[in-house]
Amino acid sequence: MSADASHANANAHGSRRSYLLGFLLSVVLTAVPFWLVMTGAIADAATTAALVVVLAIVQILVHTVFFLHVNPRAEGGWTLMAYAFTAVLVVICIGGSLWIMHHLNLNMMPITGTEMSNQP
Amino acid sequence: MSTTTLDQSTFYLVDEEAEAHHPEGGTLLGFWIYLMSDALIFATLFATYGVLATAYAGGPTQRDLFELPLVALNTAILLVSSITYGFAMMAMQDGKLGGTRLWLVVTALLGMAFVGVELYEFGTLIAEGATPQTSAFLSAFFTLVATHGLHVTVGIIWIGVMLVQLGQRGLHPENQQRLMCLSMFWHFLDVVWIGVFTFVYLLGVVQ
Repeated sequence: MSADASHANANAHGSRRSYLLGFLLSVVLTAVPFWLVMTGAIADAATTAALVVVLAIVQILVHTVFFLHVNPRAEGGWTLMAYAFTAVLVVICIGGSLWIMHHLNLNMMPITGTEMSNQP
Repeated sequence: MSTTTLDQSTFYLVDEEAEAHHPEGGTLLGFWIYLMSDALIFATLFATYGVLATAYAGGPTQRDLFELPLVALNTAILLVSSITYGFAMMAMQDGKLGGTRLWLVVTALLGMAFVGVELYEFGTLIAEGATPQTSAFLSAFFTLVATHGLHVTVGIIWIGVMLVQLGQRGLHPENQQRLMCLSMFWHFLDVVWIGVFTFVYLLGVVQ
């Protein structure tokens, strides 16, 4: 049991191969969204935005696994548990704020001409 | 009654085993939980920015201000600094003090380059009249990006402190543990930066 644990600890901080693999993946996952936005390769802005967000989420997961070494074995699974819990809170905090404030804006009184000129 | 006693002894056995698994006393897990709370600070700043991102108050918009080549350069610098810190950790695991210090210095220099480019960007924006006082969008922008930049600055100072400690005492277990915490801190900042360059810069220019 104890030997097993020390083995897991040695793995917990990554090998050269996992670092290099994580680095290569994140270079691709960084270069593609910048390329998409800077060249306008996809004409439709909504499609580009959706792709960029998906690539960001994948890259965050790549960094979490290959650089931060979050896995079910590290620290008896508690880092993964804390990470998952935080992810839920982050999604609620950001998603909830945007959702509520968007509807609040929609339900505001209609605005007049001079104020309209200041709107995006 | 006897069952209770049995349960108790079983419980203590498990506890002792858990102690053996964590000779470091849970420092790494504790630091991880700090990082998760830091992630929540950034989540609130991202939410604030998301809500205020179109509150221009007649001032400039993301499209007017952001220069993606500069952001791409900064992103590349921070990404490379992640792998150089990884190399420092590899050298540490091999017990190579010189290699660890060398890669830490490289990481710190890349971190300084990152902060330098960011300060140059802020300077350009302020010279153009896009100050934090201009609009709610710019207040939220400067708060979010500067909070990240401040974290990177603290990381650079921490690397400096570790270089002194490594010079004085070498790769003893306490220093190894500190370097592991710093590793998590540094990689965590790179994860936050993914959120910044995606949601602030790229999506700001697309829409």
